[in-house]
Amino acid sequence: MSRTFRLKTPFSERGLEKLNIGDKILLSGVIFTVRDAAHKLIKKQIDEGKKTPFNLKGSVIFYAGPTPSKPGNPIGSIGPTTSYRMDRYAPFFYSLGVKATIGKGSRSKEVILAQKKYKAVYLAAVGGVAALLARHVKKAKVIAYPELGTEAIRKLWVEDFPCIVANDIHGNDIYKKR
Amino acid sequence: MRKISVNKIREKVAMLCKKANYKLPDDVKSAIKEAYNKEKSELGKDVLSQIIKNYEIAENSKVAICQDTGIAIFFIKIGEDVKIVDGDIYDAVNEGVRNGYLEGYLRASIVKDPLYERENTLDNTPAIIHLEIVSGKNLEITLMPKGAGSENMSKMTILTPSASEEDIENFVVKTVKEGGANACPPLIVGVGIGGNLESCTLLSKKALLRKIGTQNPNSKYSQLEKKILKKINKLGIGPAGFGGIYTALAVYIETSPCHISNLPICVNLNCHAARRASLII
Repeated sequence: MSRTFRLKTPFSERGLEKLNIGDKILLSGVIFTVRDAAHKLIKKQIDEGKKTPFNLKGSVIFYAGPTPSKPGNPIGSIGPTTSYRMDRYAPFFYSLGVKATIGKGSRSKEVILAQKKYKAVYLAAVGGVAALLARHVKKAKVIAYPELGTEAIRKLWVEDFPCIVANDIHGNDIYKKR
Repeated sequence: MRKISVNKIREKVAMLCKKANYKLPDDVKSAIKEAYNKEKSELGKDVLSQIIKNYEIAENSKVAICQDTGIAIFFIKIGEDVKIVDGDIYDAVNEGVRNGYLEGYLRASIVKDPLYERENTLDNTPAIIHLEIVSGKNLEITLMPKGAGSENMSKMTILTPSASEEDIENFVVKTVKEGGANACPPLIVGVGIGGNLESCTLLSKKALLRKIGTQNPNSKYSQLEKKILKKINKLGIGPAGFGGIYTALAVYIETSPCHISNLPICVNLNCHAARRASLII
């Protein structure tokens, strides 16, 4: 039987040590959507010595770009995109204090090493269940790069958002386990 | 000649965009339910139950099944007795996509320039449009909104005529082994065998239009479909890649004659949100 943990964001290092791959997580609090284009822009801002659009320390990044929200709904359908595309950036973001990324699919060796080094985790949500996951998003706000459309950075307030631990801080990988 | 106005095409295309993105085809739903009943892994079963809840919410609330509402791929069969009037069919389809995606709160996922600017067109146009002339006086439009997660893990190669059945099996299974977990399993695996560089890829895509439960009419190929499916489901990737039996729901092979010097093969993966919708005007 898998263990289930209810976790609140932002994350500190301590709580993450107990997590093992395959553990079920119900996540509550603030998370930020950052996809391909926004990764590039944040990196550029940091390289130029500018402030980041949100505080990276202890933050949780969700690789996702929602559909437009229907009137009355806080957000449209939203689910994880494939994470390996962000592998080039992930070690850099972890080094700056990001404590978890949420996406789908396996990560590179470099990313797993960075997670071990910076005591961060990678959580996998189920791809293609975006109508269901949207129900766990209570509020959403575009906080940077609105010109990117779906790829803008959104601050999401989530409640019991379901995901599982795909890479823990001990260097384990659920995609290699089978 | 039977006249069909582009106005009608535009309207029907917009409707198809919404329908395809909100409602999963019944055969796909049944296959997922069956997988849920038979899956042995705890996490795998949990994933399948999320998938079932999700398509129910999407259908009932008329919202997108997946946030990746895809690039809109059209397969249009025009009867030779049909005359398209009042404008251009390509424009009509693209306008229909624009309207359908905007009205339906579907995601715009197309960038204009692939390499440099990569600026989003913001209305999900242009669509990919495959036109085919057939006999008769009908216009049949099929839409497959296809996400990039599964498309990015698809592969094509050109083997030599010495390739064996086993080489084909290995290429398909290896493609799933390497990329399957990223492509939102349980997958539907479309395989094109034969043709040439561009037609083979189209065969593999057309294979994905088949209903789950159908098989290749040639018994050798239908046997091969079953054999490959069995091998794929021994990989252990399972739903969402979390481990389990159901890495794929189906394998479909479509074939075409090819050159004496080669044996093209393409594997086009589709995710469990295998969306498609058709109508006839």
